[in-house]
Amino acid sequence: MSTEKNPQHDELIHIGPEMAVAEADVHADEGAFLRGTSLWRDAWRRLLKNKLAVFGLVVVIVVTIASIAGPALIQQTFGFTPDYIPNNDKLTRSFPPFTGPDGKFSWLHPMGTDNAGRDVMARVLQGGQISLFVGILSTVISLLIGVSYGAIAGYAGGRVDNLMMRIVDVFYSLPYIIIVIVLLSLFRSQTPRGQLTLLFIAIGSVSWLTMARIVRGQILSLKNQEFVLAARATGVSGSRIVFRHLVPNTLGPVIVYATLTVPQIMLLEAFLSFLGFGVQAPLSSWGSLAADGVTNIAVFPWQLIFPGVTMALTLFSLNFLGDGLRDALDPQMRTV
Amino acid sequence: MLRFIVRRLLITIPTILVVISITWVLIKLAPGNFYSGEKKLSPAVEKNIREKYGLDKPWYQQYGKTMWTIIRHLDFGTSLKYEGQSVNTIIRRSFPVSAAVGLMAYLLALVVGVTAGSIAALKQNSKWDYGSMALAMLGISIPNFVLGPILVLIFSLGLYWLPPARWEGFPSRNMILPVLTLSALYMAYIARLTRAGMLEVLRSDYIRTARAKGLSERDVVLKHALRGGLMPVVSYTGPSLAFLLTGTVVVERIFALPGLGNYFIQASFNRDEPLIIGIVAFIAIILLTMNLLVDIAYAYLDPRVRYQ
Amino acid sequence: MTNLLDVKNLRTYFETDDGVVKAVDDISFQLKRGETLGIVGESGSGKSVTNLSIIRLVPDPPGKIVSGEVIFNGSDLLLLSNEAIRKIRGRRIAMIFQDPMTSLNPYMKISKQLMEMTQLHLGHSKAQAHDHAIRMMETVGIPDAHSRAGSYPHEFSGGMRQRVMIAMALSCEPELLIADEPTTALDVTIQAQILELIKKLKRETGTSVILITHDLGVVAGMTDHVIVMYAGKIFEQARTTELFSTPGNPYTKGLLRSVPDPTAEQGKLYQIPGLPPDMAHLQPGCPFAARCDYVQDICRREFPPFVKLNSDHYSLCHFAREVYRESGGTPVQE
Repeated sequence: MSTEKNPQHDELIHIGPEMAVAEADVHADEGAFLRGTSLWRDAWRRLLKNKLAVFGLVVVIVVTIASIAGPALIQQTFGFTPDYIPNNDKLTRSFPPFTGPDGKFSWLHPMGTDNAGRDVMARVLQGGQISLFVGILSTVISLLIGVSYGAIAGYAGGRVDNLMMRIVDVFYSLPYIIIVIVLLSLFRSQTPRGQLTLLFIAIGSVSWLTMARIVRGQILSLKNQEFVLAARATGVSGSRIVFRHLVPNTLGPVIVYATLTVPQIMLLEAFLSFLGFGVQAPLSSWGSLAADGVTNIAVFPWQLIFPGVTMALTLFSLNFLGDGLRDALDPQMRTV
Repeated sequence: MLRFIVRRLLITIPTILVVISITWVLIKLAPGNFYSGEKKLSPAVEKNIREKYGLDKPWYQQYGKTMWTIIRHLDFGTSLKYEGQSVNTIIRRSFPVSAAVGLMAYLLALVVGVTAGSIAALKQNSKWDYGSMALAMLGISIPNFVLGPILVLIFSLGLYWLPPARWEGFPSRNMILPVLTLSALYMAYIARLTRAGMLEVLRSDYIRTARAKGLSERDVVLKHALRGGLMPVVSYTGPSLAFLLTGTVVVERIFALPGLGNYFIQASFNRDEPLIIGIVAFIAIILLTMNLLVDIAYAYLDPRVRYQ
Repeated sequence: MTNLLDVKNLRTYFETDDGVVKAVDDISFQLKRGETLGIVGESGSGKSVTNLSIIRLVPDPPGKIVSGEVIFNGSDLLLLSNEAIRKIRGRRIAMIFQDPMTSLNPYMKISKQLMEMTQLHLGHSKAQAHDHAIRMMETVGIPDAHSRAGSYPHEFSGGMRQRVMIAMALSCEPELLIADEPTTALDVTIQAQILELIKKLKRETGTSVILITHDLGVVAGMTDHVIVMYAGKIFEQARTTELFSTPGNPYTKGLLRSVPDPTAEQGKLYQIPGLPPDMAHLQPGCPFAARCDYVQDICRREFPPFVKLNSDHYSLCHFAREVYRESGGTPVQE
């Protein structure tokens, strides 16, 4: 892969001394010097140099692991589940962080308990499961749909492309957020499975659009490069060209966009859950936890603060990671 | 140019009708209805209600009647939940609230965002740059339904500086927290957009030419760089308005503002068909109009697009 | 006649992720008033950076003029304050760039971009500047200047845009015009026109010109003196006629051989083998050693000397005199 003459690769090879030296004239093939390392290793190296991105990556991994393993661990060590409501007859069930039922310092509830007596930390971690799950899975779905759609449109070109993109344009111009809200508010489900499915349909139906556009744009510019002509000349079939040759070369922007889509979708899900349209009890996501917390903010602020801060931290890290990936894969891509 | 506008308008109107239709279909398909409450109504009462509101007629008749009234008179009917109030009245009353908060938020976001982003670009890699971009990152990462309550916690419940909720007309101190909460995200995003746009422009050849001509750095930035550097912000105006909408919904809920978003959510919960359709149509019109205006502005600002 | 421009030991380095790139490493040359100097080299040779260094437009970061002197009309440009150098840019030294499409502000009318020059440097009023702009456009051969002045860059063809750039550059009658590959981005026929234009304007105004190019054909027709650059160093400098007839450096010879000769027999086109060196990791010895036909052991070990072949002819090579003799020249005594 390292010495394949591939145009996107060439552009990336250019980052380096040559770019710095000859500001005025850089001819694409004249004197472009080849690096020994591959595209991905280069990008990975650049990514690791970016401390913020690494920080982001670490935090995301930590939060993911904590969300997955957390509730089980807590159950093991402390004995309660996220839904556990202690049946004492105290009027106030909500304890601030690190306080036990008797008012003294305790390790039992590092994030305190909510108004029903449930351990906030356990709930936050469990909420993370849903939030991350929806975020990542939705992104993957929109990726699959978007990349395929965009690749086919871009490669087919002509009328097919036109038609496909018109459809995307129509979707784009519809105020879909409104339709999504209407959809979700009307078809509320009582079962967790139903709620999640609805969420996926709602979010998935709109998030693939931009991905499709990006991929199509890339494919269009790659389509006429030499290596495609070479593949065609040796008789490689259309679909093979699209999926084996073109798509891998669009992976750069796709990865970047995907990483930045996850926080967007998580925000969307949280927002919907907050309003009451997404996930409801007994399921919890950070959004619904925040909704619970808002009502009690005057008396039990930690009920909002912890889910809120955790979510903000995760999104923060994902954004840094996305930015870092973009810088690493193609420093010329900076458009925010 | 005129052809462009006309063509867009011709697309807009059917789009709105499509949106209304889709909404109508969804409402009809959805389980539940506006009159079902806690108790189950007797069949006789239910039949009466259905007759009164024309719900017993076949679907195509209902559809036809609804669409006709809308197209003919722009009359979206009467709210099913808010006794006797026409949808148009409700919209007329609530829209200014949302508009006031939304516009203020966006203006604030523009002013602060563009300034911060430009300075960050000019002083690249300085403390100012890192600082403001870190803040911007924070702004995009904190959901508004987290930021809002926290602001309330600090400024209302903690410091007693600002009222925590309710709408007291425009302008009033009640607006400050909602506007701040709403604008945070856009401020951050616009700051980043501006910085990226300016950086890219500052690297471009024609800026090098401007410098080679002997212009002062200030003139280079103000007379040459700004125009091109702000284009991303202009084109972002369109999508940002759509998102502003969703932000408004949350902010209105949190701060109990009688705006369009709040009514919309309530109407959805209540299955208040005319109100839902009315608000959806209204918002669709606003969005599409704003998008058209933004596209026109963009075309006007970029001469390369103008003469197509 | 004193030199208009005297560059001494100019060094411009770039800080990159891969290390320090010595884009311009100890360059010295002179330009006499009224002359045209050509700077020839491949991509990455440092020719553009040299000229950016003269008017201090090197992007900082990552570049920096590390040392040297650039004496223009008696004063060292590198020592001037920012304000002072800005007064010189555009007014006394003007520069035109390679790609006129991206070098003109796409959002600004041509007239405004032209007027900016005289309004800034000559204190013209709007009306004066406008008239001057129209006159300049006519001088460079833009038809219908009056009506086209209000157009935007994208409405012009490539050749026209370059004429606009030339008009802009010469608006204030500078003493020195630096043309950085002015024709590379243009069609061949337009190239000839633009070069003719530059020649004509030079004759009429007496402006001195530094012409940067990678195209030896351009150099032959336009310049009095030539500098050949490679890897940030001057490999050869001589009067143009001398360089073409009796080159004294293997690199120059290689370049000359690479120019396709339409009258020659069919055969493979000659190309200097190999690629330019990695500027961040230069090997000791001669930078051209890996590609040179005349290479010997010493070339790889020691940096070559700057040999004086003639009163006006220098070459950076261990075997400069031999190569010179081979071309038919007679080197002066050491």
